[in-house]
This record gives sequence, C-alpha cells and structure tokens, in this order.
Amino acid sequence: MSETVNEKYALQLRKVTKAFGSKVIANKDVDLDVRYGEVLAILGENGSGKTTLMNMIAGIYHPDSGEIYVNGEKASINSPKDAFRYRIGMVHQHFKLVDLFTATENIILGINDGTKYNLAKAEEEVKKISEKYGFILNPQKKIYEMSVSEKQTVEIIKVLYRGADILILDEPTAVLTPQETEKLFDVIRNMRNDGKSILIITHKLHEVLAISDRVTVLRKGEHIATVNTAQTSENELTEMMVGKRVSLNIGRSDPKDAQDRLVVSGINLTSPDGVKVLKDISFTAKSGEILGIAGIAGSGQRELLEAIAGLRTLDSGNILYIKPSDSEKVELRSKTPLQIRELGVRLSFVPEDRLGMGLVGNMDIIDNMMLRSYKKGKSVFVDRQPPKQLAEEIINSLEVVTPSAQTPVRRLSGGNVQKVLVGREIASAPSVLMVAYPVRGLDINSSYTIYNLLNKQKENGVAVIYVGEDLDVLLELCDRILVLCSGTVSGVLDGRTAKKEEIGLLMTKVNGVSENE
Amino acid sequence: MNKAISISKKEHTHSKAAPFITITKRDASSLKWNIAVRVIAIIAALALSAIITVLITGENPIELFSTVIDGAFGQFRIWGTAQAVAMLLGIALALTPAFKMKFWNTGGEGQVLIGALASALVMMYAQPLPHWLACILVVVAGVAAGAVWGIIPAVFKAYWKTNETLFTLMMNYVAIQLIKFFLKVADKSGSSTVGPSLLLYGRLPVLFGQQYMFNIIVVTALTVMMYIYLKRSKHGYEIAVVGESENTAKYIGINVKKVIIRTMALSGALCGLIGVLLVGATSYSIDPNLAGGNGFTAIMVSWLAKFNPIIMIFTTLLIVVLSRGAENVSMTLGLNKSFSDILTGIILFFIIGCEFFINYKIHFNIKAKSGKEAEDSGNN
Repeated sequence: MSETVNEKYALQLRKVTKAFGSKVIANKDVDLDVRYGEVLAILGENGSGKTTLMNMIAGIYHPDSGEIYVNGEKASINSPKDAFRYRIGMVHQHFKLVDLFTATENIILGINDGTKYNLAKAEEEVKKISEKYGFILNPQKKIYEMSVSEKQTVEIIKVLYRGADILILDEPTAVLTPQETEKLFDVIRNMRNDGKSILIITHKLHEVLAISDRVTVLRKGEHIATVNTAQTSENELTEMMVGKRVSLNIGRSDPKDAQDRLVVSGINLTSPDGVKVLKDISFTAKSGEILGIAGIAGSGQRELLEAIAGLRTLDSGNILYIKPSDSEKVELRSKTPLQIRELGVRLSFVPEDRLGMGLVGNMDIIDNMMLRSYKKGKSVFVDRQPPKQLAEEIINSLEVVTPSAQTPVRRLSGGNVQKVLVGREIASAPSVLMVAYPVRGLDINSSYTIYNLLNKQKENGVAVIYVGEDLDVLLELCDRILVLCSGTVSGVLDGRTAKKEEIGLLMTKVNGVSENE
Repeated sequence: MNKAISISKKEHTHSKAAPFITITKRDASSLKWNIAVRVIAIIAALALSAIITVLITGENPIELFSTVIDGAFGQFRIWGTAQAVAMLLGIALALTPAFKMKFWNTGGEGQVLIGALASALVMMYAQPLPHWLACILVVVAGVAAGAVWGIIPAVFKAYWKTNETLFTLMMNYVAIQLIKFFLKVADKSGSSTVGPSLLLYGRLPVLFGQQYMFNIIVVTALTVMMYIYLKRSKHGYEIAVVGESENTAKYIGINVKKVIIRTMALSGALCGLIGVLLVGATSYSIDPNLAGGNGFTAIMVSWLAKFNPIIMIFTTLLIVVLSRGAENVSMTLGLNKSFSDILTGIILFFIIGCEFFINYKIHFNIKAKSGKEAEDSGNN
C-alpha cells in the first residue's frame, strides 16, 4: 500500500510505534507518506493517535520503533531543534508566546544562528514572509493585544521564519471563526503552492474536504487508509474514521415506566475566557433509561455535566429536577453543589477527571468515601466508621484490587480507581446519575463491570446520563443518544435503531445542519 | 504512568540513544527504604562534618559533637532549649494548617510580631483593669491581631487570587515597622526595646516557679490539639481536600473561599498567641527582633515533619539542638560562629536532600544497546 522510501517524498514514516506505559499504545506500525507541495489532512476520532504521531515528527516524542525519512534520507529527530534542522515545524493547539513581547520578538526568540541580534532586519523578514503568503500581521504588535487568530499567525510565521518546509498544524481551526478559518485556508493554499508540505490535524469533515489534497485516516493508533480528497466523500471518511460496527454484547433492557427526571431547557454558557461553550441546549433525561451523549472531545460535554452539577454559572436557561417521590419541580440553575444536595436532589456525578475532581489521589479509599458524607451530623469531628464500612463494601462487591482500604487511591490501577468512584456515587442512591467517559483507560473486564453497574441503576429507575466516546458502546448501552457538536445539540437518536455513521456525521456537522441534505 | 524527567547528556545525538539520565518518581516508597535513606543521610552528614572539622580546625570531631550536645542539654542550658523548642514548635504548628491547604504562609514572623505588639499595648495601658481581666485582654488582643494579619492575605487570595507568598511576606515588614513606630512613641528615650519597666500589667502567670513553664504547657496542649484538629475534625478534612485539589473541593460542595479565610484566621491567631507568650509570659519586652527569624525557620520545621504535629516535635528539636549546640561550639572551642553555621548547613543539606532519593529513582542509560533494560543498570 505504501510507497517505497525515496526522495520523491518530503516525509515518510515506516512502522512507527509509540506506547505510553505498558497498556496504552498510541501508535502502532504507522506508515505515512507526505509529498512535496501538498496539504495532507490527518483525520481521526479522539484518542486515535493523531497528535502523538505528529509530536514524533516534530521531535517532542521519540518513537519506540520504526523510522522517519526526510527527503528520502533516514532522520533522527530527538528534539524540536532537531526537527527544525530537518525543516519541520509544528504549530501546537496551545500557543506558546510571550505576552509582553511583540510579534517579531516572539518569532526570533530562541534563534541562535551566530548572527547579531537585529530586530529591524528580522522585522523586514517577517514582513516579507507575511506578504509572500498573504498573512495579515503587524510585526510590532504585542501579543497581549492580539486576537486568537493573530496569535496563530505569529506561531505559523515563527515556524516559517525558521525555514520549515514541512508544517504541522494541530487543530488550527478549533479556535477560529468561520471567516478566520477561510483566511487561514487561503494562506495554507499559498504555502502549498510554494512547494511546502502541510499536515493538518482536524476532525471537521467539511474542512478536510475544503482544504486537503489527500486524507490519512487513523483509528485506534493505526493507519487505516490514505485517500485522495477528490475521490472521497464525507460518508466514506466517517466510515473509515469510526470503523465497522463491532458487537460488544452489552446487555440492554427496555426502559420501564420512564418519567421525566431532569428537564434541561435552552441553556447557554460562556467559559471564563469568553468562549460560548453551550448554545441553547435542551433535552430531557428520563428515569429508567440511559441517555447517551456523543460528540468530539470539547464539544461541551464536560461543561454541560458541570452546569447540571452546579459547578458552572449559566448565562440563561433552566435545569428542572423532578422529584421521584411527589413530582415536585426543583430549579437547579445558579445553585451550588451543596445547595442542590440540601434541596433533597439526589444527583450523582462521576466526572471525567477522576483523580483531579472525583477523588483525591493522595487520600485513602476511606477518606475518599467520606467526601460525600463527611458533613453529616452535628459533631465537629468526622466519623470514619460509616465510610470505612462503605469502603469495604465497595471493595468486596466491585472486586476492587487494593492492598487495603487505607491505600491512597492514586496507587490503584485506572479500573480500580473508577470502581471506587462509581461505587461511591451509586452508594448515595441517586435518582440522576451522570457519568463522563467512565470506561476511558479501563480494560475490558472493568469496562463491563461499569456497564453492568449502569444497567442495574437504570433498572432501579435511575435516570442515567452517559457521556462516551466509543460509538459502539453508546449504540449498545444507551436508549437514546444525544449528539453534541460545538456546543449545540445536533441530533437525538434512538439507540436501538441509530447507525454508527449517522452519529459520526452529526458529530462533525457544525450547527447540526448536514451539508449533504 | 510515571512522569519522567530526562536530562540529555548531549545537545543532540545522531544515534537513537535514549537520554543519559532518566529520573522517575517512585510509586510507593517502602518504609524500609525511607528509614534506610535517612539513616545513611545522617551518617554521611556527620562523617562529612567530622572530616571538615579535622581538616580546617584540627579539633577533635568527637569533642566538637559533645560540645554540641552539651550546648543543647547541658545543666544550665536545658530550660533555654525547652523554651526555644516551645516557641519554634508553636509557630510551626500555627503555620501547618495553612500549609496543609497549600497556602504558603511566609508571614509567620509578622503574625507573631503583630500579636506581640497588641499584647504589649494592653500591658502598657491596662492599669485600670483588675489583673485577671488584663491577662485575658492581653491574650485576646494578641490572638485577634494575629488573626487579622492572617485574614488580610487570605481574603485577597480567595477573592482575587493574589500570590499569598509575597503578600504574607510583605505583611512581615508592615508589622516590623509598626513595632518600630511603637518603640518611638512608647519610649521617648530612643531605646531599641520597650522593656519590663513599661509593660507592667496583665503579665501571664509564672507556673511552678519556672519562667518558661507556662509556654511549654501551652505549646504542648497546642501540639495535641493541632494533631486532633487536622486528623479528626471536619475542618481538618476540608483543609486537606482544598489543599489536595480545589476542583474536588468545589465538586463536593466545599466553600473554598470560606475554608481559605477560616484557616488563615486560625494560622494567624496561633502565631499571634506565640507573640503573646513571648511578650506576656517570657520577656515582658518587645522589639522588632522578638521572633528572631523563627517565623521563617518554622516553615522548614513544618515541611520537614511533612505537616505532622507529632513529628514536628522532633524536627524542632533537631533544628534547636543544632543551633544552640553551634552557639556553644563557638563559645567554648573559641571557633568563629560561622563555623558552626557551616556544620548546621551540612547536616540540613543532607537531611533535606535525602528526600529526593526517597521520592525518585534514577536510571543511568550507559549503553542501552546491549539489550539490557535501562532499569537493570539503574540505581534502585
């Protein structure tokens, strides 16, 4: 499938493998060919290994095995500096600029080529590069006065200034408005026409089709295919990206006596840095069913759950909780987690960040159990007996592998950490249970333990909200699937009849409007 | 899962060599390893001190060490040592709740001084009050002043995320200047201290005929109470959660701002209490050097004990014995005072430095090509 190594290619990868620890294989035997003067899109779901692969080309990581060839010659890239010697530069998702310096100062920062420091000359050079490729940039403007797109321009020129012929852009459009994206694409085309090779990481399909010459699809760390953009379609790409449906045999019972439990209507949320992260989101979670939430990472899943849990202040909208006992409606908006609990709302939340939010890594299992219950009673002292019992119960019933209940949870394996967290959240007998990526990083057995626990909760009449990334799991576990895209609801599907490609398309459609229809 | 820090031997190598030294964090350090490393560190520290002593001064190192011990526990010095331990331990205990919360209170010195100043004011002007009331007022004023000195940076940290280290540090200088101002106003003679002749009222009781006994009893009680507060109380639990992860604290509904302010009020109040003891129960005098840098030394004491109040007794002893022993060395052996500082420095260097070997593992990749795993050649 892949070409032989020769100088007709700007960059070639052969059997590149990278593992983190013994369990996580980020890239496995990846081959990649990059031509001179082309835009190659790297497409893949979250965790498909796109960024790791690019980081190896840019010298941030070193491959465990496999070779990298630049212009047909074997290259050894151990640092970003090495990468620049091979004329490779990467623009990362998070900018690395000094706020108080001007554009030019940032661009020349760290260059030590033996010549005298000459700001005026550098400014000339920056202007030349800008004109050549059509960047709009004032070289004397300070970074803190710049918009996000200007900062990105500085980062790209920084790479060009160092003479890069191979540019890697990691999700460059994630932070841009549609107009800014258009401008960026113009610049990318100019660079390509100048003979440069551009690798662009993205998961927005319409952008892939708009800008790239070829597309390489990665899935679960492996190279799936490289196709010519002109000869492919959104549907084909989605299929390659999400893969054929795999049967997992997760049990799913029919919901019984489903009642509205949580009614979210028209909520809007702006993040602290002023980005609108949730736009007019409405949905209902019902008792006795699992509502799945699908979406590319960063589409607002985290913010949505945190907003419901009382950790974010909404711009507008309502979150109504309907009590199972007497159908009394309780407004959860602008309440703190403590107030929510005091209102008798039984809401449990297993956050994505297990050790950074759900648990305290340095505390033992008992103290972590106590997080939810330590306030009980009037005594000024904590009573460690009930949490100790709970810890032992959870260790026994969920088969948590741990030396003892006094072991700090950070020493447990990922699966056991998750069992502790889920166990604690279920122990408080919730009527709404929100879980975010509960099986991320877990082995098969632990994953099934978690699915079974969720199913049991559902059968007990709990409204379960499940944020997941594995579409196969969502399709087998959830009764309904809500798809988020860029902070909006792009669709709600029936989990029993939905197709994998359907979800894939909804996930990548800005504003939920299909461009094919 | 371990974060690895790598130090490259060369700028860039053309072979695919892995970095020369890899440092990884130990997952769980066993108790045996913990003790072994510390014992080795102390032996190495003593050995190096002995070698340096012999080389530079020609003194017998054994004699030197016995002079150190005599300086701390000798017949006429033991009560002074107990007093020094009590005061240093008291401040370290006061700083500990803040440190457990990862609020780096470097303002212990100022909080002690401002408490002392408030007490001194009462002691100077409380003539009309009955003695018992004056005593209570001395304590209340000092504790309250210390608390205020703690609350101010806490409020700024909680609401505007200011840097508490700088803020508390600068508050020290404000306290020092206030005392200097007080000295000018109170004692027109221009003396650099306001002494027992002016601070007459509300002196705290002398117990069992021993000047320092009151302080020692108060600090002993404080040690036990602080241990219970941190390990058993709901407040202590909240402090630990906020310190470990603010996100977790918010997630379970702890009011983080409230905990920060409440804990710093406590930390400052207890520092203020030590100030009260220094003026009201010990010297009946005040000057800007009253705390003698203990507000800073206490930071080290608290850290070395990993914020455990019981272990803090021993770390305080270590520091006090070293410094009082060093004083004795310079007096009796006729050596320069700086020489004893050198010895103190060597011993502390080893004790603090050995923490690195307790927490981290070092691997040397001498030749990874021979097929040997890097771990094998590493120093386990």
